[in-house]
Amino acid sequence: MTPDLIYGVTGIAVFAIGLVGAIVAQNRLRRVLALKLCSVGAGFVLIVAAWRSPPDAPDPVPHALVITGIVVMVSATAVALALIRRLHSLEAEDDA
Amino acid sequence: MTLDPLTLVVFAPLFGAMAAFVAPRAAAAIGLATMALTGAAVAWLATEVHAAGAVRTPLGGWEPPLGIALRADGLSVAMLVLTTGVGLLVSLGALDSFKGTANARLQQYFWPLWLLLLTGMNGVYLSTDIFNLYVMIEVIALAAVGLTVLSGTRAALRAGLEYMYASILGALLFLLGVGFVYLQIGQLDFAGLIGAEPSAAMSTALALMVVGLLLKTALFPLHFWLPSAHANATAPASALLSGLVVKAALYIFLRLTTYMPLPDEILVALIGALGAGAVLWGGVQALRAERLKMLVAWSTVVQIGLIFIAFARAGQVGLTESWKAAALLILAHGAAKAAMFLSAGRIKDEIGHDIIRDLDRTPVRPTLAQFTFALAAISLIGLPPSLGFIGKWSLMEGAMAAGYWHWVAVTMVGTLMSVGYFSRVMAGFLRFDRVRAPVAEHQGWALADLPPLVLALGAIGLGLAAAPILSFIELGYPFGMTP
Repeated sequence: MTPDLIYGVTGIAVFAIGLVGAIVAQNRLRRVLALKLCSVGAGFVLIVAAWRSPPDAPDPVPHALVITGIVVMVSATAVALALIRRLHSLEAEDDA
Repeated sequence: MTLDPLTLVVFAPLFGAMAAFVAPRAAAAIGLATMALTGAAVAWLATEVHAAGAVRTPLGGWEPPLGIALRADGLSVAMLVLTTGVGLLVSLGALDSFKGTANARLQQYFWPLWLLLLTGMNGVYLSTDIFNLYVMIEVIALAAVGLTVLSGTRAALRAGLEYMYASILGALLFLLGVGFVYLQIGQLDFAGLIGAEPSAAMSTALALMVVGLLLKTALFPLHFWLPSAHANATAPASALLSGLVVKAALYIFLRLTTYMPLPDEILVALIGALGAGAVLWGGVQALRAERLKMLVAWSTVVQIGLIFIAFARAGQVGLTESWKAAALLILAHGAAKAAMFLSAGRIKDEIGHDIIRDLDRTPVRPTLAQFTFALAAISLIGLPPSLGFIGKWSLMEGAMAAGYWHWVAVTMVGTLMSVGYFSRVMAGFLRFDRVRAPVAEHQGWALADLPPLVLALGAIGLGLAAAPILSFIELGYPFGMTP
């Protein structure tokens, strides 16, 4: 097992766990977290693409892609959380 | 650095969105000015493509694979014209329907979100690498969810959240596919995809990206989020979401499957079968819908299915011919569905509800909006001379020539069903015997009736211009394998 294979398989496994969670979870917050797992898994796979067997230097392009992906996911999470919060407070009004 | 139309088409709406967000009071003025500037840039680009075929520009002078290049050919310009044209008319309609102090919040947030959405869509139509496409579909997703929940009602928020989950999941599946591609060939631009050797890893990457895109474009059975999201948004937002947003993922699907052909013809047939499922299931749901906007949203599911049938009917030959039918259907649906959602919104505003059963029990008859609805239905059903007719005709002509009679049959059944569900609505418009009060004292016309009418007339009239449209989208050989 080379390091890139270990990380690659881990990334795919993490993505799969997130995928299952996103499909089956009922709780709104859990589904957001599941999607976050998916993005971590996809990031793993991209990072593996940067791996070069030493002494070669790693490829910097995937790192830039992963940083972009993280920024995108942070904003997406923020929007999802804002929506959940608004829904939560509207539903609390209903119950009151 | 010299100014070129490609850069302007993407960056004008981006800066417009920021300006409209920073200066909410002037949002409408900034929005209209941005739309005018973007429209001018698209026109400029169209003349360049018309003169020279495909044009491309590397951003900041950096060439791929390190930099990002923008490229426009006939098809991408056609999509840009659709997006800016429909977008301009919808936003003019929004100006009228969002006026007044009660709607100040809608007015304030509509413009930045819509301009951001425009940035994302224009970016998709000009992108030449798949990571750039991933970023653009996320931009589209965030802006589209914002537009869905603009009204702030509980139903809209719930539908928007469902849409958000589906959209983000679709984008992440696409991103994982991008990772696989980079792992395999170390390149992300279309040129690299074309040169890639077919392999198991590339097929997996393609499968991941295709499933992500199908989720975002709402092909049956991944359409579950679409009807409530499109039906619960405000009318201008529904028009943009249904007419334009689903087309972005559809366009990426067409491009991607050209540069990375599906490895097996059975998969092409499977996509067609899903399209057939969408046509039939969407048709049944539209026949059962109780609310007008829900019916219109289900009709979008049907039309998306139809476009995938147009894609699939080519079989082994690939997209070399059938993409034209798909492109015509995309253009026709974009204009007609935007018109239909806007007119449905107008009918709801004037009558006060959109329950189909009670459309004939009201003394108020918003006749112009009803007329527009009927015109849009003509194009969506596919009656001549509308653009929808030309699209369906070229779909069936190709299917018959190839001997794929099952696709012809599905298209016919879908067409009959669409006559059925649109008749449900139109019958209500035309019956007057169930109204106790005198009818037609209030015609309910407003400035907001004009944009949908122009769109509906456009969807019908453009059918007469189908030949020039067809020769234009072929400029630069969008599917001739030279990115």
